Amino acid sequence: MDDKTKDMTFPDVRGHFGEYGGRYVIETLMPALEELERVYSEAKNDPKFHEELKFYLKHYVGRPTPLYFAERLTGHLGGAKIYLKREDLTHTGAHKINNTIGSGLLTLRMGKKRVIAETGAGQHGVATATAAALFGLKCDVFMGEEDMKRQALNVFRMKLLGARVIPVSSGTRTLKDATSDAIREWITTVETTHYIIGSVVGPHPYPMLVRNFQRIIGDEAMGQMMEAEKRLPDVCVACVGGGSNSMGLFYPFVQNKKVKLVGVEAAGLGIETGKHGASLSHGRSGVLHGMMSYLLHDDDGQVKEAHSISAGLDYPGVGAEHSHLKSIERAQYETITDEEALDGFKLLSKQEGIIPALESAHAIAQVAKMAPKMKKEEVILVCLSGRGDKDVTQVSERIGDDL
Amino acid sequence: MSRIGECFEMLASESRKALVVFVTAGDPDLESTKSILDVIDESGADIVELGVPFSDPLADGPVIQASALRSLKSGTTLKKIVALVHEIRKSRDLPIVLMTSYNPIYVYGEKKFVDDALSAGVDGVIIPDLPPEEASEFSSYTDEKGLDMIYLLAPTSTDERVRMVSERSRGFIYYISLTGTTGTRTELADGVCDKVASIKQVTELPVLVGFGISGPDQARDAAKVSDGVIVGSAIVKLIEQNPDPAQREKKLAKFVGSIKQALADLN
Repeated sequence: MDDKTKDMTFPDVRGHFGEYGGRYVIETLMPALEELERVYSEAKNDPKFHEELKFYLKHYVGRPTPLYFAERLTGHLGGAKIYLKREDLTHTGAHKINNTIGSGLLTLRMGKKRVIAETGAGQHGVATATAAALFGLKCDVFMGEEDMKRQALNVFRMKLLGARVIPVSSGTRTLKDATSDAIREWITTVETTHYIIGSVVGPHPYPMLVRNFQRIIGDEAMGQMMEAEKRLPDVCVACVGGGSNSMGLFYPFVQNKKVKLVGVEAAGLGIETGKHGASLSHGRSGVLHGMMSYLLHDDDGQVKEAHSISAGLDYPGVGAEHSHLKSIERAQYETITDEEALDGFKLLSKQEGIIPALESAHAIAQVAKMAPKMKKEEVILVCLSGRGDKDVTQVSERIGDDL
Repeated sequence: MSRIGECFEMLASESRKALVVFVTAGDPDLESTKSILDVIDESGADIVELGVPFSDPLADGPVIQASALRSLKSGTTLKKIVALVHEIRKSRDLPIVLMTSYNPIYVYGEKKFVDDALSAGVDGVIIPDLPPEEASEFSSYTDEKGLDMIYLLAPTSTDERVRMVSERSRGFIYYISLTGTTGTRTELADGVCDKVASIKQVTELPVLVGFGISGPDQARDAAKVSDGVIVGSAIVKLIEQNPDPAQREKKLAKFVGSIKQALADLN
């Protein structure tokens, strides 16, 4: 395991994380991906880019976000100490903005005037629309009709921010098809438009680029944890849909194998029902949306529908680097059902006065399972990737007055 | 030499342009596809492209997306399509190319697919989401076994990519006429002539133009500068709109014939 994580920087030059990742796209897009790779690599080596990014992350996004010791939740669960990395406190309410600010600046560097994005829960759509407003870019967001219903508030926010929301009615009408339609739109307008992918998925260089914009979560948390506890956490926990908040949290810890990494996937209605989004736990290798990853698909290679109460985890694929971490057993992946996630949603609200996004509630639910079995001096670091305001209507319809 | 190579030699000796016709295999079902292929062959198509349905075809516009869904609904799989080609080969000699997303082949097993496809009588394969960079193992096997791996070029392709694809492609080069997904367009895209001309300076391979060719006029325009055309969505739409087999076959014959005639008029 050491050799596989230490001696190599992933991805390799062709965008592969072990056997995962790569660039499985039509020729039309290949030159744009090459350009993006070049522009990003120039930006990465340009101190001015880092200054600009730092400026916006501090004064606009509100970074660094706090690391909060959840004392009451810790006491309630009666085991390990639980720290929350508060990405829910960023401007727009989720970690997605870390990536869209960076990608917005890259768009300006490429001289493109328009951005497109896909969105599931709407958080990436809102974050992209926000960056577009900030940098004066035109913005179109593709969103499944089913998700537009589940996340009506975010649809309105995007429109308010000046973006167009394009309803996607094909296939499952969720994140998978929104992504497919965004890619099709990009194939059509690639010469003038930049595609801001919301997670660590898609063709190279996206999984690397989005991870690098999100690793600030883990970098900050590591420093804050050293300050608070004078040590690294025993476990890092984060939810995994495409896997950007988890990859951002995990990445700085990957080489330190004493830190356990636990990703939490959506078990939906239950793994046994087949209606879930657990690509890493119950999928196998395949190619979708431009990369090789763990994927939910059948024996003929047809992609299966994913299911989750949380629109952001309702996706049959998963990040290439997560696929790699899973295959080398550096990270482990657990699953949480819709019901358990709702319990996590209520638990954090009551114990800490923090309403988590349904996505993040999966991570909380996993912590609720793990913490009681751990020693009191052990430490769990969990990424609270977003706030739950967007989910309140959906949850109230689901559980009613049952509080 | 492959059937595709022989086909282009014959076309060249007769100074003709190639007409490649695309249909989604299994739309509305595989039995119909067999009789549709009979009509297409007899109406003068030089090569037929059989589309393998995929749940998430990223390069396809609404028409072919819908046909893939109909095909999947009728139970089509890559295995059954290979078996269909085997069946067709008993009576038909025209070159058959499979066009598919990569995932069905990946799941089938790359080598097993190449072996099975060849022994069934498939001549070439087009995999839009498998660019040369990701295809090194696959294409060294197709080269070894003699299955033509046909690569695509696009209006956005750089000179460097044109050279690389020209070296790697077998049978012919598929030139995507526009930045966009498959589907009919009212006019041939700007810049096709210049780009095809520049590609032809680099390669000896035939260069065919596809995406957006919807009728005889565009086919004629595209064929003026290229070695032939690929017609897809227009055919698929016609199949969709004519559920009655007799009617469908009549209209198909007429449509394919009209494009054939347009190409012949170039001489």
